[in-house]
Amino acid sequence: MPIETVPGPEKVRFDRVTKRFGDQTVLDGLDLAVAPGERVTLIGPSGSGKTTILRLLMTLERVTDGVVHVDGEPFSHMPSGPGGKLVPADERYLAPRRRRVGMVFQQFNLFPHLSVLANVTEAPRHVLGLDADEAAARARDLLGLVGLADKEDAHPTRLSGGQQQRVAIARALAMRPELLLLDEVTSALDPELVAEVLDVLRDVAAGTDITMLCVTHEMAFARDVSDRLLMFDRGRVLESGPPGKLLDAPEHERTREFLRSIR
Amino acid sequence: MWDMDAARAALPVVLSGFGVTLLATVLGFAVAVAAGLGIALLGRSRSRWIALPVGALASFVRSTPVMVQLFAAWVLVPGLDALALGVLVLGLHYATYLSEVYRAGIDAVPKGQWEACTALSLPRRRVWRAVVLPQAVRKVLPSLGNYAISMFKETPFLSVIAVDEMVHEANAFGSTHFAYLESFTLAAAVFLIASWPTSLLVRRLEARLAH
Ligand SMILES: Nc1ncnc2c1ncn2[C@@H]1O[C@H](COP(=O)(O)OP(=O)(O)OP(=O)(O)O)[C@@H](O)[C@H]1O
Ligand SMILES: [Mg+2]
Repeated sequence: MPIETVPGPEKVRFDRVTKRFGDQTVLDGLDLAVAPGERVTLIGPSGSGKTTILRLLMTLERVTDGVVHVDGEPFSHMPSGPGGKLVPADERYLAPRRRRVGMVFQQFNLFPHLSVLANVTEAPRHVLGLDADEAAARARDLLGLVGLADKEDAHPTRLSGGQQQRVAIARALAMRPELLLLDEVTSALDPELVAEVLDVLRDVAAGTDITMLCVTHEMAFARDVSDRLLMFDRGRVLESGPPGKLLDAPEHERTREFLRSIR
Repeated sequence: MWDMDAARAALPVVLSGFGVTLLATVLGFAVAVAAGLGIALLGRSRSRWIALPVGALASFVRSTPVMVQLFAAWVLVPGLDALALGVLVLGLHYATYLSEVYRAGIDAVPKGQWEACTALSLPRRRVWRAVVLPQAVRKVLPSLGNYAISMFKETPFLSVIAVDEMVHEANAFGSTHFAYLESFTLAAAVFLIASWPTSLLVRRLEARLAH
């Protein structure tokens, strides 16, 4: 009999997750839980494993050890055989589950050969099976939300970085993800373009109940949208708490040091 | 010396051969474009039982002369129409080059494109069809054009299996009328007239895609 997976209250749970690249241990027995609808921001020095956490959730990397759960179900692994023993998830198990997760990348990664509209409709049409009109209607709504209603026929390469990133946000949202991963989405932008992207994300945060996991160095933004900040150091959570507490009264010297370094 | 009457008589013969040359090039290149893609994709198969033999066979074909392959096919596959056989052999020979061209194009598609596809949960097939191949092919379009031109210029090899392409016809005319100078000059001129503008076109395409 396969094991019963009780749908827990957690959207995401890392259960003693270890990730190694070669002999470098990036995550070391990490435990982490995120509640549905929660907005969590990961901060910490370069190389502390923030991106790796998001990439594990997007299935762009595989865990070395431990289990990642989403919606109370194993995600990095799947139950197999009569004992329900956990084995690494295969594509068939992952495909329907991965759809609940979306990601926005630092480098946008838009499809350069497709129009803005086609970028946004591609997955709804070919993953969710929407017809062309439904997908276009959904895409237009979202392009309106990110302030690019007039750019649907443009090619991404003709847009500014800020506009490209807003298309990428619309593209991710078009899949109606339950969990949205944002990895330094403004780090590649010219400073004057950062605000337009963060404003869109503030709207998304305010207007939806999507669970958000966010890596950013924009502390004002983190303070506004996050329920909780996690300070990472060497693959472990050094401290965590509501943004007010962690930013204004951090407990650890390393956190203070880090916050000073990014100001 | 140049004999204008012989040249005048040779022209329609040479031109009718040019029709065959063109046909062989178009069909052969179609075979090469399709089979080359097949080889490139199979060569990237996750199964080593597919990838390794396909790769080995392709390098073997690539590194042996097309003339030898034409003779071999002629002997081994009797009864097939000479043009059809020639188109297949030339097409498959070029497919092994084009597979390398595709491979380079595919490798040039940034990792971020694949990752975006995963983030959107696009199925494998769709990733290739809608994202990777369109970008890869666009990058290698000029190379494909150059291979088409060089294939065009190699169609005279088909004369060894008696395909009545242009050089074969020029040669036949030359021997019956003892007018090799005229018939071969005309054939050369036709090759030049056809491939020179085409190569200019490819160069312009290259320049357009460069930025
Ligand atoms: N594919 C990989 N192969 C080898 N090492 C990797 C790979 N991906 C990440 N690493 C290493 O893992 C460590 C953690 O990387 P990660 O990208 O998660 O850090 P980060 O906290 O996001 O840092 P940053 O703030 O610089 O983005 C780094 O030392 C990095 O070099
Ligand atoms: Mg990172």
